[in-house]
Amino acid sequence: MGLLQILEIIIPTAIFAAAPLILTALGGVFSERSGVVNIGLEGLMMMGAFIGAVFTFYGETWGLGGASPWFSFLVAILIGAVFSLLHAVASISFRADQVVSGVALNFLAAGLTIFLVKKIFDAGQTPYLNERIFKSDIPFLFDIPIIGPLLFGDAYITSYLAVALAFVVWFIVFKTPFGLRLRAVGEHPMAADTMGINVAKMRYVAVMLSGAFAGLGGAVYATSISGNFTHSTIAGQGFMALAAMIFGKWHPLGALGAALFFGFAQSLSITGQQIPLLKEIPHVILLISPYVLTILALAGFVGRADAPKAIGKPYEKGKR
Amino acid sequence: MRLQQILFKLSVPVIAVALGLLVGGIIMVSSGYDAFYAYSSLFSVIFTDPYYIGETVRQMSPLIMSGLAVAFAFRTGLFNIGVEGQLLVGWLASVYIGITVEGVPAFIHVPLAILAAAAAGALWGVVPGYLKARFRVHEVITTIMMNYIALHVTNSIIRNHLLAPGERTEDIQSSASLSSLFLQEITDFSRLHYGILFAILAAVLMWYLLWKTTTGYELRAVGFNQHASNYAGINVQKNIILSMCISGGFAGVAGAMEGLGTYQYMTINAAFSGVGFDGIAVALLGANSAIGIILAAGLFGGLKIGALNMQAMAQVPPELITIVIALIIFFVASSYLVHWLRNRINKRGKI
Repeated sequence: MGLLQILEIIIPTAIFAAAPLILTALGGVFSERSGVVNIGLEGLMMMGAFIGAVFTFYGETWGLGGASPWFSFLVAILIGAVFSLLHAVASISFRADQVVSGVALNFLAAGLTIFLVKKIFDAGQTPYLNERIFKSDIPFLFDIPIIGPLLFGDAYITSYLAVALAFVVWFIVFKTPFGLRLRAVGEHPMAADTMGINVAKMRYVAVMLSGAFAGLGGAVYATSISGNFTHSTIAGQGFMALAAMIFGKWHPLGALGAALFFGFAQSLSITGQQIPLLKEIPHVILLISPYVLTILALAGFVGRADAPKAIGKPYEKGKR
Repeated sequence: MRLQQILFKLSVPVIAVALGLLVGGIIMVSSGYDAFYAYSSLFSVIFTDPYYIGETVRQMSPLIMSGLAVAFAFRTGLFNIGVEGQLLVGWLASVYIGITVEGVPAFIHVPLAILAAAAAGALWGVVPGYLKARFRVHEVITTIMMNYIALHVTNSIIRNHLLAPGERTEDIQSSASLSSLFLQEITDFSRLHYGILFAILAAVLMWYLLWKTTTGYELRAVGFNQHASNYAGINVQKNIILSMCISGGFAGVAGAMEGLGTYQYMTINAAFSGVGFDGIAVALLGANSAIGIILAAGLFGGLKIGALNMQAMAQVPPELITIVIALIIFFVASSYLVHWLRNRINKRGKI
């Protein structure tokens, strides 16, 4: 088996598996850059996957056809942002412990989504979706020799959307006044407050953006990878996105790279059996590698990862 | 004044539980269920029906253990979200000892299996503790990562070394089992086992260790203020590692409750058991105190078990209880709201 053939198996699967992680990790970048820890990414993603599955299904019945998943993305973005408000209110206005509030959000999403699924469909899961995001060759780019089929063949359009959004987020966070304020609020809220930035408002916006992105990530997962929603559809992807964000050092493009790498590790654990050399590596090593690498990164073995300075601390005006 | 303080301390969890149940009721009514009937069918069985009482007490033992684990670390200023993973490795260790050690009497076999669980959990807890102490890595992230590592590693060990038909291990030897025919008979054949005794013993142990020993004093001092502790000559790094080690040990025993008590085996898990995450809710509602944790575990255990009857009688999905627990966590965590309301009312009272 030639190298090219091996790459042709692995790379499209990696990009495919990475899309929801990229989107959710980008959401995490917004929230954590503003100084709000978001353990709730898992729950937000779960909500997004639920909305994605339900509204694609409704879209089908309302005759939206192929546009149904895209319609569900819009709803998921909206609901994700609204749902994340709970985390924002608790941790910003009521000064709750941000980790605790995020854990509560995960609980709430796990309970609420299945409760609603049982209520709406009278079953433990949503029906399988007919209208999904399907694989296709990207026009023009596919015709590039060698790289074309490798990167742009047999792929999901949502994956490229996710990659493109990573660059958009990078631009917003590092090249716009909004991004500067966002980072200022996360590094030194008192200084930012003194300069006339509304700390609470910035943090609210950041948390809601994280909800929107995680919601989209979940919806993309439901409409491209799983094809329906059950209690086990989102089982750890949100935490893996959190890991990707940290492994990417709270940087949008770093998060993109980390998410692609984690997707790569996941795809190896799926496709590894087809590839001669990898067959020897125990499956479990591939499964745990994203988590082990994140721990190593945090410990400083794979480049030092430092969090925004004010992360995890509620800002109280006038307190020193 | 003293009584007033105690009452105020109690007011936060009580108000949180009441609000949680209230919002849960509103969700039920707006989804077209009979909320009053649902709650009454939930609460009536867990206080009157022997089977449901037995199941509630059974459910309490892992909840108490995981609550203790979260609370113990919290007293040292650490947030152990890794209880879930520590529980899994503890579960596997207890089941492994339960299966492989043969021909020893129960009074050796049971403690041996529980100690193995504690040791495995402690080992899993020490890693984040060491990384926190040595490299200042935030324990929340490492413990989450360790959870997934535990999930995949335990599954892999079962699949490669302990597999029995049905994606699970063999049953443990009867000499390692915590189950009791007597307890089952008096509770209408629930799965109640002796684990609850170990859980209460562990709660007493935590109280004694934290409040009556020098080590406990140091652990709590580090939790209050690391710099002051350091200045007073307390080895902060050692205490952080020790705290995570003991916390992990408690979590490991929570796994033994499942392995030696409820199930008598371990399955290959597609996802987490949830007991570890419930421990966060238990510790939070119980205000990180031993007695509070037992009470909170009783409440959450009862809600979870009673939910089954609620489903049978009022057709309400048991996930409603997950929602209620989430809401309770939100309300306890947002206790600033209660303080704020109290101050408002006090001010108004004065004027």
